[in-house]
Amino acid sequence: MFVINCPYCGEREQSEFKAGGEAHLVRPKQPTELSDDEWAEYLFMRKNIKGIQFERWVHTHGCRKWFNMVRDTSNDKIKAIYKMGEKPPTK
Amino acid sequence: MTKNLRVKSGRFIDETYRVSFRFNGKTFYGFKGDTLASALLANNIHLVGRSFKYHRPRGIMTAGSEEPNAIVQLHKNSSRTEPNVRATEIEIYEGLEASSQNCWPSVNFDIGGINNFLSPFLPAGFYYKTFMWPASFWEKYEYFIRKSAGLGKSPTEPDPDIYEHKYIHCDVLVIGAGISGIIAAKTAAKNGLKTLLVDEKPYLGGSTIYQNSEHFKINNQTSSSWIEKEINEIKRIKNLEIKTRTSVAAFHGYNYLLARENLTDHLPLEQRNDNTRQRLLKIRAKKVISATGALERPLIFDNNDRPGILLSSAIEKYANLFGVACGEKNILFTNNDSAYETAISLFKKGINVETIIDNREEIDSKLIKEAEKNNIKIYKGYTVVNTSGYKRINKISIMQLSKDGQKVVGSKKTITCDCLGVSGGWTPAVHLFTQSGGKLKFRDEDQVFIPNIYPSDQISIGSCNGDFTLDEILLNIPKVLKEFLNVKKTDYENLEVHSSFNKSKRNIWLLPSDKIFGKTKSFVDYQNDATAKDIKLALREGFRSIEHVKRYTTTGMGTDQGKLGNMHALGIISETANSKMGELGTTTFRPPYTPLTFGTIVGRNVGEYFDVFRKTPIHEWHVQNKAEFENVGQWKRAWYYPKDGESMHEAVQRESKAARDSAGILDASTLGKIDIQGTDASEFLNRVYTNAWSKLAIGKCRYGLMLNEDGMVYDDGVTTRLDENHYIMTTTTGGAANVLGKLEDYLQTEWPELDVYLTSVTDHYATVSVCGPNSKKIVSQIIPDLDFSDENFPHMSFKNTKIGKIKCRIMRISFTGEHSYEINVQANFGKSVWEKCIEAGKEFNITPYGTETMHLLRAEKGFIIVGQDTDATMTPIDLQMEWIVSKKKYDFIGKRSLYRSDTIKEDRKQLVGLLTENPDEVLEEGAQIIADINQTPIEMLGHVTSSYYSPNLKKSIALGVVRGGKNMMGQKLIIPMENKKINVTVADPIFLDKENKRLNA
Ligand SMILES: [Zn+2]
Repeated sequence: MFVINCPYCGEREQSEFKAGGEAHLVRPKQPTELSDDEWAEYLFMRKNIKGIQFERWVHTHGCRKWFNMVRDTSNDKIKAIYKMGEKPPTK
Repeated sequence: MTKNLRVKSGRFIDETYRVSFRFNGKTFYGFKGDTLASALLANNIHLVGRSFKYHRPRGIMTAGSEEPNAIVQLHKNSSRTEPNVRATEIEIYEGLEASSQNCWPSVNFDIGGINNFLSPFLPAGFYYKTFMWPASFWEKYEYFIRKSAGLGKSPTEPDPDIYEHKYIHCDVLVIGAGISGIIAAKTAAKNGLKTLLVDEKPYLGGSTIYQNSEHFKINNQTSSSWIEKEINEIKRIKNLEIKTRTSVAAFHGYNYLLARENLTDHLPLEQRNDNTRQRLLKIRAKKVISATGALERPLIFDNNDRPGILLSSAIEKYANLFGVACGEKNILFTNNDSAYETAISLFKKGINVETIIDNREEIDSKLIKEAEKNNIKIYKGYTVVNTSGYKRINKISIMQLSKDGQKVVGSKKTITCDCLGVSGGWTPAVHLFTQSGGKLKFRDEDQVFIPNIYPSDQISIGSCNGDFTLDEILLNIPKVLKEFLNVKKTDYENLEVHSSFNKSKRNIWLLPSDKIFGKTKSFVDYQNDATAKDIKLALREGFRSIEHVKRYTTTGMGTDQGKLGNMHALGIISETANSKMGELGTTTFRPPYTPLTFGTIVGRNVGEYFDVFRKTPIHEWHVQNKAEFENVGQWKRAWYYPKDGESMHEAVQRESKAARDSAGILDASTLGKIDIQGTDASEFLNRVYTNAWSKLAIGKCRYGLMLNEDGMVYDDGVTTRLDENHYIMTTTTGGAANVLGKLEDYLQTEWPELDVYLTSVTDHYATVSVCGPNSKKIVSQIIPDLDFSDENFPHMSFKNTKIGKIKCRIMRISFTGEHSYEINVQANFGKSVWEKCIEAGKEFNITPYGTETMHLLRAEKGFIIVGQDTDATMTPIDLQMEWIVSKKKYDFIGKRSLYRSDTIKEDRKQLVGLLTENPDEVLEEGAQIIADINQTPIEMLGHVTSSYYSPNLKKSIALGVVRGGKNMMGQKLIIPMENKKINVTVADPIFLDKENKRLNA
């Protein structure tokens, strides 16, 4: 079980959080103009990387805030945590 | 049989305190401090159980938690009886009652023992190969297997003991209180770190505590007296907490560990009272130091499993700690120096060791010299090739090993004995390290796996890190600790250490025999009866992965997880398959390290504390009025109110009829309520619901349907515009938390530019719903000042008003199709408002109804229940609810998905009404729907989602989803049941008052 450093509350147990899948997927501004394939790409396709993955988490049983996390899925090491809207770390 | 093998007093035995206990129905005596195993051995009892597959007699093999054989059933009592208790761990107490497992009718005469003679026909994978075919025979096989095999009995009554969970946060956790752990804990604590030291045994000091010989000295004291002083010192350090009888079960990522603390299992029953029996410690440590020690390896030779064959280190421990001789005529068999340490210990205690068989040919150390001095006959370069004695070893045969160790040469010699101690060297206890995700490396020189890559802030020290000798330990640990704990100095530098232990070892995984290999029984896994032959067979049959060989042969799959023999299994695989040990990898050790009781796992979360449950503010009234309750999520909701012995059906029929004939009242407080405020609130609702919201006037209500981005219906409910920028949204009872979570997600991550704030107010309001043709008369009586005319207060509108002095929001909305009002008041006034309505409704026979009647009434109107009539595959179009999907809105959640090639298919499952040919026949919810019973295979068109007998329509009604159902109106379909088929007709899902006349009645 991870210890997650919520950018609003500080270090808390993983059981207070929920994972919300891949980060930085932007909901298309004009979905109606997309083909079925383009919409399916947004709706269904996820990378599910073994290694460094950018993902969304929410502090469900805490501040209820969403934030982003960079996690190495091969060893569960959390590399970085940053707020929604902030630029992902480049390294 | 009842000989007394107690020798000079053992270190931990209180000989003034005699304890009586029963084993297999017979009374025995031991002393306080004994384990069940040491007490049995003192009574010269080795045979304690039967093996799993062949039912071979098995004896005590170890003196610790790694024990594979001596597992017993504890207590007779039907609530406290406990299987799989290791006799080597349980401390005896007055009144202890234990019995052998896995033998029938008794450990001395066991019918399953016949499997031993059938064993040529029971090779690896036998169960897989035989009992899987033909499948229909499984029932018969199962009976046979269950009868003759099985590891103990579970209790049949609830556990009366108390268990609890405790969280511990510390700077440093030290696992294992042997010499390495004690040094580590003291160093950490003396440097100001909050330290926790745990050990599974009842005492501190590990094996050093009885290492009382001239051959092992620290600063000129024997290592046992040196460690004793250290123990006395650490007990006085304030920021060091010490927990004995505490076994770490699991080591998870981020240094999160679970440990079981045993508090009362060693006490006489009458002293336990109502004290907590076991505690599950949930430990979060900044740093973890594993000092878990090493397990002695057995040796793998023909018939190496007889009672009376023990690990050499166990024999030493029984002598030193408990003052017990494991036999009168002892022989040791070794490939390293450890057995000599045992021999010297035994000699000091006056226990006879006649012979040592040593695999090594050219050996020389101080320990060996001392053994020779004491007239112990040493056979160098020899091996044991066989043993005899069915229920207790009585003879061994030995032969000389060839130079390469692959064969035996020369003539066979037989020696009598009643106990054989074996030592195959040591295996670092890396189980917890690997559980944590640590990677091992193989050290070729002494053939051990040791920690290599640490996944978290942790370190392994001492023999679990492959440092087996006293001088290595005391040389390496201070260096390692300084760096790991970032401290300047330790108390352990420049110690003068003397150790006579010679590290040479002759490692032969599978010892050769004079018999042909196929005729030998060399056990690798004692508990599961896996032999070297089984492993070789698996390889011959093509298994290569160690994980596959493990499952095929069941090696390492017992309750002991093969702590003793896993290394040998790997060794045999690597030799047979000609691959390198380091490249084979190891099998995965999984938590728990030793079995946990269910009680420890659940702690206090039993009975009414198993899960939280939520009660509405009106709950007490429902209880007083004899409601039956239904669980909806965590809520307890009134289900129906049976009167005078009514059945559920009778109550629901009465309630449903009363609601439509005159008046009904429902506690709707559990509906989710979300307060929505902000200048963009209308725009937000536009985006999350399928219909349009911008033009909803203040004071009006509207029903909304919410989709997932994939176009499937997610939730529904009525939302009311309280003010220009203020709405109150209702959600389904079960969906409330998820809806709030989803809305927050969109607000925070997709549309952060919207000025909208969401607050859950579900628990802040009580909701009383009054419906029926007389509802207006009733509600207007308790709110006389409000104008209830249709002009002032029409359907789908809301008023802010007061009941007496209580502020309330009252909505004229309906989930039953009747004229009805939902009164929302501050939660603590809920019950009094409810009672006021009941009082005012008396003359109209106002009838409280529960969720079942609510479901029936809405089904008559064809209103859906999200989650019952929908699953995550229904679009609004599938539900025949096109009317609620706005064509004009540019976008809303799920809109684009409504015209994906898949969602526009005509033959999707669609919601329809179903009427039975026989109006009294009520369908079963979940029943399948078909068109043609003679088809093969029969095509399933869909299933029934809701079904009731309607007292208002006097017929059975049902909703269902049917493939292409929208275009099947009037068509006949069939519901095939177990003993009959029911004819139905596809109908409009709205069965009652399609024109909505009753809403304004
Ligand atoms: Zn937070």
